[in-house]
Amino acid sequence: MKQSISRRQFLAVVGAAAAVGALTACGSSSSSTSTAASAASGEASGSAEGGATIKVGLLAPLTGDVSVYGIAVANGAALYIKQVNEAGGINGKQIDLIQMDEQGDATQAVTCFTQMVDQGITALIGDVTTTPTLAVVAESQEYNMPMVSASATAEAVTYDAETDTVYQNVFRTTFTDPFQGVKMADYATDKLGYTKAAVIYQTGADYNEGLATNFEAEFEANGGQIVASETYSAGDVDFKTQLTTILNAGPEVVYCPNYYEDVGQILTQAADVGLTVPFLGGDGWDGVTQYATAEQLDGCYFCANYAVGASPEFESAYEAEYGEPYPNGFSPLGYDAALTVCGGLEAAEAAGLEPGTDEYKQAVIDGIKNGSFEGVTGTFTFDDHNDPVKTAAILTFENGEAVFVEQY
Amino acid sequence: MSKAKAKYRALRMPVRYLINTVLVVLLFFALQALSTGVLSTYQNKVLLLVGINIILAVSLNVATGYLGQLPLGHAGFMAVGAYTSALFTKYCTWPEPVAFAAGLALGAAMACLFGVLIGIPALRLSGDYLAILTLGFGEIIRITLNNIDNVLGFSLFYGAKGLKNIPKYSDLLSVFLCVVLTCFFIHTMIKSRHGRAVLAIRDNEIAAESCGIQTTYYKVMAFSFSAAFAGLAGGLYAGYLGVLDPASFDFMKSIEILVMVVLGGMGSMLGSILSATVLTILPEALRSVADYRMVLYSIVLILMMIFRPGGLLGSYDFSLSRIISKVLSHGGKEETTHE
Amino acid sequence: MTVFFSQLINGLSLGSIYALIALGYSMVYGIILLLNFAHGDIIMVGAYMSWFVMNQLGLGPVTAVCASILTCTVLGVVIEKIAYTPLRDAPRLSLLITAIGVSFFLEYTAELILGSGAKVIPAYFENQVFQIGSVNLSLTTILTLAAMVISMIVLTLLVQRTKLGKAMRAVSEDMDAARLMGVNVNSTISFTFAVGSALAGIGSVLYCCSYPQATPTMGSMLGLKAFVAAVLGGIGSIPGAMIGGLAIGVCESLVSAVGLSAWRDAATFAILIIVLLVKPTGILGRQVQEKV
Repeated sequence: MKQSISRRQFLAVVGAAAAVGALTACGSSSSSTSTAASAASGEASGSAEGGATIKVGLLAPLTGDVSVYGIAVANGAALYIKQVNEAGGINGKQIDLIQMDEQGDATQAVTCFTQMVDQGITALIGDVTTTPTLAVVAESQEYNMPMVSASATAEAVTYDAETDTVYQNVFRTTFTDPFQGVKMADYATDKLGYTKAAVIYQTGADYNEGLATNFEAEFEANGGQIVASETYSAGDVDFKTQLTTILNAGPEVVYCPNYYEDVGQILTQAADVGLTVPFLGGDGWDGVTQYATAEQLDGCYFCANYAVGASPEFESAYEAEYGEPYPNGFSPLGYDAALTVCGGLEAAEAAGLEPGTDEYKQAVIDGIKNGSFEGVTGTFTFDDHNDPVKTAAILTFENGEAVFVEQY
Repeated sequence: MSKAKAKYRALRMPVRYLINTVLVVLLFFALQALSTGVLSTYQNKVLLLVGINIILAVSLNVATGYLGQLPLGHAGFMAVGAYTSALFTKYCTWPEPVAFAAGLALGAAMACLFGVLIGIPALRLSGDYLAILTLGFGEIIRITLNNIDNVLGFSLFYGAKGLKNIPKYSDLLSVFLCVVLTCFFIHTMIKSRHGRAVLAIRDNEIAAESCGIQTTYYKVMAFSFSAAFAGLAGGLYAGYLGVLDPASFDFMKSIEILVMVVLGGMGSMLGSILSATVLTILPEALRSVADYRMVLYSIVLILMMIFRPGGLLGSYDFSLSRIISKVLSHGGKEETTHE
Repeated sequence: MTVFFSQLINGLSLGSIYALIALGYSMVYGIILLLNFAHGDIIMVGAYMSWFVMNQLGLGPVTAVCASILTCTVLGVVIEKIAYTPLRDAPRLSLLITAIGVSFFLEYTAELILGSGAKVIPAYFENQVFQIGSVNLSLTTILTLAAMVISMIVLTLLVQRTKLGKAMRAVSEDMDAARLMGVNVNSTISFTFAVGSALAGIGSVLYCCSYPQATPTMGSMLGLKAFVAAVLGGIGSIPGAMIGGLAIGVCESLVSAVGLSAWRDAATFAILIIVLLVKPTGILGRQVQEKV
């Protein structure tokens, strides 16, 4: 008996010892992170030339599944900052852009963000996708860090419905999901005269669901009829089943608020199952022309932040900088996000404040809130919910190329 | 055997106990001082992540290293714990420490329950089938979390929109305590009679069964033990991030944890701890070469299996008492005594 | 009823692709008891090969099909030689982890080189839609079904009627006994990988006909579902893989057709779980007694 007890206790002690080992490991980890931080602080472009600099963070997924969007935003934003620096910076100060890759992961996004804060950023451009952005928004409250997301469309990014509060420091340059869905529904009924529509969208994704549900509600409110509402999951490639269901419901038009890669698959398979009605889409369609044929895109419309060809200067500057045409609608939005941040910085500089201080950050926020911005995606101001107030560009296709129709 | 016992006797039990407790407490204060004094906000964040990953790796090690199975759904249990704990702390009005402790306990308990539910059918199979079955369960948990709100028509889990406004309770103290408790419990469990039964099943299931060990019982026990601590880590994760999204708990996350365990050495707690630490910090340090990170991971995984299948530390485990005994008995005669 | 038939055809077309991939899984599993996680990623490489040949080199579809199948075959054998042969005698767990490692290596290398964005694979041929009654049937679907059935027949003949097939069956029965009987085990295993990967190559071409985009991670879920199909049909059985693949395809289609598409993957895994619990050997599998 005695022996068994003592052994058990012994084991308990060894357990504690193992824990000690664990924590020693933790301890050593801390010391090595400090070197990690200093090593990783590179990647800063636009270095200072003796004078003071303003540090701005740029957070985006540059690797991983969603890097297509992240790289587009980052390139657009970096392009604008470069142009500003070449033109002499803001108030004579160069902008020191600290760019970090969060790999599309919320955990990484938060650690990246805090690392940027430690490096003394005074404003943030980012994040790109919804969940990491939400995580960063939650974290940014503590620092009252001005942040402008180029592409996070979810309403929850700037406004918390549960507590009915607006995150004062968070802005975005893209229009929101409800806005787009409603716009397209109005356009479909009022301008294009459709009365029977079907919807196919990715479920379990905020963007797609947001556009689809708002479209459905508005379309029905306009007297139209939604004959089929089909969903699919992220990563699906087979849409024939859903398209067959839609085909049998006999709509005049199909609303397909998804990203262009999926849209390409859907349009191709729609032709396979014999569904030949035109499709409508959201700003996720920008870039679809490489993924679908002219025939499939005939008669399709989508609304976008940026109308292809609206700013030839931007498009040629992008191509000159990165050696390829801008990949999708995220790049102009990234460009405008950087533009918005710089607008805020100008206001703060004009007030003669010291970068990095709390007053400076507040001045940047006020500057953005009260400013009016002339970006490549249009002229916009910010409303009560820190969403941009702007018109949507409606585009259609001619010979497989997107062409601008009108601002709506 | 008796020689080993002689070594234990070199240091009396309560003394060893005391030494270790003191060391743990000292370490905590050292870390505390370090975190408030030296470390930046960012480094503190990474420190917490290290702790959470240690719990994950050590808990998966129970199922892979000690039980010898390959569950690929560890992230699923983490998700269960994370959501349970998050929802509890979010809607609970108790004071912070109580609510958080209760939330973590609840998260672990719920994950344990899922461990039992999934373990009973899964553990009837073995090897690849078990791997693929747990993978399936992990995916089902994720898909369910993503869609359950739509089906049942309420707003609780928020699916892909992300569960927001989770109180951020995780701090150094709570993570530290959880790491200590996890290591302590798992270590004691594995050195107990139950643990030996588990190890026997790993080494030869048929032999173990013929020795009268209830294999199913012990397998499910070890499996749910593993799940419970994954749930605990999930709870800490929720309290760390403040936002949850089912997509964070996909197959990739399970693999990430698996890599930690495999790299450290299946069956070595110290190995899991070390590799969890290294694999959390290394990507931070190597952020500039993040492109190559996953390629490197996979190459390491393959090379490890070919050249050192036991992992870096094999099944070696750290024991302070053993070292102290060795030092004390150094020069002395190692006589054999009988109890 | 029309809707039902249309959906059935959708399911069969999807299922044929699963079936072809499941065959490769099944053969490899049958011979060295390895769940080859990398099998799905071989398909991914095949798809990129098609893209590369047609889009980058500007060559014709016939070259692309040949290049894809050849690349897959060679890749399968290379993977077997480099990653799996050294582990022939290692525990199953090590082998499985290696397979996961190989799978990730392929996926992330592809992402590193080609980026995460989808590449569009030009059409191999001009697709046509035939109207039979009120059911739409596309040329792609017909070809997919035909290719699956032909592959199945050829494979059955190969395994049942040729000397190599006999060697394969012998090795899968008992590796040591086969070696003693003069079968060259190593080359037989390599040959199995080659055949399985060639089927994956054909699968990749058919996949690209229906879903003409290549992404680095396209193979992982595809591979998993094919594995489910192989398990459902009974692993190691050629007709089993076919039945399993078609069943999974049809099931997915029907689940989506009744409006539960969000649960499609969950349904597949649920089938897997039920099969494993009720009849772990699958529909056509054999009961194997565990030896001490």
